[in-house]
Amino acid sequence: MDRDGIRHVQSERLRETVERVYFNVPYYRNKMQEAGIGPESIRSIDDIAKLPYTTKQDLRDNYPFGLFAVPMSEIVRVHASSGTTGKPTVVGYTRNDISTWSEVMARTLTSAGANRNDFIQVAYGYGLFTGGLGLHYGGEKIGASVIPISGGNTVRQIQLMHDFGSTVLACTPSYALFLAEAIQESGINRNDLKLRVGVFGAEPWTENMRREIEDKLRIKAIDIYGLSEVIGPGVASECQVQEGLHINEDHFYPEIIDPDTLRVLPEGSTGELVFTTITKEGLPLIRYRTRDLTRLTYKRCTCGRTMVRMEKCLGRSDDMLIIRGVNLFPSQVETVLLEMNEIKPHYLLIVDRVNNLDTLELKVEVDEAFFQDKISQLESLRQKLQNNLENSLGLGIKVTLVEPKIIERSEGKSKRVIDKRKF
Amino acid sequence: MIIHQLSIFLENKSGRLTEVLEALGEENIRITALSVADTTEFGILRLLVSDPDKAREILKKQNFTVNLTEVISVMAPNEAKYYAKILKILSDLDISVEYTYAFSVGDKSIIILRCSNSENAIKALKSHEMELLKASDLYKI
Repeated sequence: MDRDGIRHVQSERLRETVERVYFNVPYYRNKMQEAGIGPESIRSIDDIAKLPYTTKQDLRDNYPFGLFAVPMSEIVRVHASSGTTGKPTVVGYTRNDISTWSEVMARTLTSAGANRNDFIQVAYGYGLFTGGLGLHYGGEKIGASVIPISGGNTVRQIQLMHDFGSTVLACTPSYALFLAEAIQESGINRNDLKLRVGVFGAEPWTENMRREIEDKLRIKAIDIYGLSEVIGPGVASECQVQEGLHINEDHFYPEIIDPDTLRVLPEGSTGELVFTTITKEGLPLIRYRTRDLTRLTYKRCTCGRTMVRMEKCLGRSDDMLIIRGVNLFPSQVETVLLEMNEIKPHYLLIVDRVNNLDTLELKVEVDEAFFQDKISQLESLRQKLQNNLENSLGLGIKVTLVEPKIIERSEGKSKRVIDKRKF
Repeated sequence: MIIHQLSIFLENKSGRLTEVLEALGEENIRITALSVADTTEFGILRLLVSDPDKAREILKKQNFTVNLTEVISVMAPNEAKYYAKILKILSDLDISVEYTYAFSVGDKSIIILRCSNSENAIKALKSHEMELLKASDLYKI
């Protein structure tokens, strides 16, 4: 379809979506009324800049289902991901939304070169995380044979990869590297594996990592992009040419904005990616700020498609980290620390990558008022903190007690995170 | 009879112990006894010094996490059976000893004990005619 045709479809869908949220979601109605606009103010996709932005905080403020545009009886699925503090970000899907999601995932897999004859090993986590089920429904839609193995249990991953003859691997890029080394160590001959292509996402990864994965696993490594607020995986993905990720803009309309001034930037500028969902029913989102930094191009791709492309995302405009595919905000750590009186909330989060797996260490200062000459007490404090954090973050973390002054106090905002990973 | 021992939290990093000793040395604090309780992650340095309050101030200024811990000190002949007797007196009365260490001065031994209840421990040992040292005696060593 040519660009004009696409914009025509987008305009129609945007109008429908704006009406849907105005009449069904009090939060959006209030915001639009405050801005002095109504559904009639939006006649085409060009009017989108009149609409307010939506942030993760807005989702949190309306936890759990406040932004849903349909009654819960029409929601057939909910998923959740990490929020900035304790509460997760909740998303909901109607039957049609699940159908849309399956469709965009089918496109993702097809443009990666997969079809009904493939065996897809879905090693993304199944559960509240959208990765596993996203790939699953996409795989079934194209008629492939889906192996819902989920994450972890590397020995079994390799065994089934070998015995079932998996041809497509879906997981995080760092896990792909981890698997590659595990395969080498397992003694299984790579020639006995039928792996051909991988679809990797859920965390940032560089061209260097891609080459490493392609060399070690001897597959084509395709980049996919998504976020659960917009739908999950399936928002954008690479084609065989691999010159950027095609965004499914007939469902998710992208804009690039300056994260400080909030102004929309022209084509080709690097800025924060913003999405408006124009077909979702359960949780339609208007101008959702992803905090991911990238740039767009509208030129026709070498593969022939005309959908807008985005560059690989490598940075964020907030302090969110992604550890083993799981989102982590430093403020989540602070929340847990503030609940414990025995420690001063002076901490340092150290993120590293060892043997291709992300590691997380928290150094925290012992409060002198609490320090008594008793090893068991210090040990149980350390253990208690570690347990509280692991429960709250959903991530394994190593807690180390340190002396004061080890952690720099700076004027203004203290540096709380050291990320030693080089992607 | 209560002795104030310095307890200092130390990260498991080389040089930390040296820094403590240097800081105290610069101010001419004398160290009577030193021991370290360690885990893989961190340690607690225990010191008996000539002036515990001053030592604490010095270390606090240098941002060490320091506290004073109550311990008691018994002087006995330098033979294992006396040490054993002391421990038995306490265990018979259910007074738990969290840790203990000792050093000798000539033919005497000085036994340091951290007890769950210092007062009861002092009473019990005195009633068995054990010789308990005063803080001022210990600091002179």
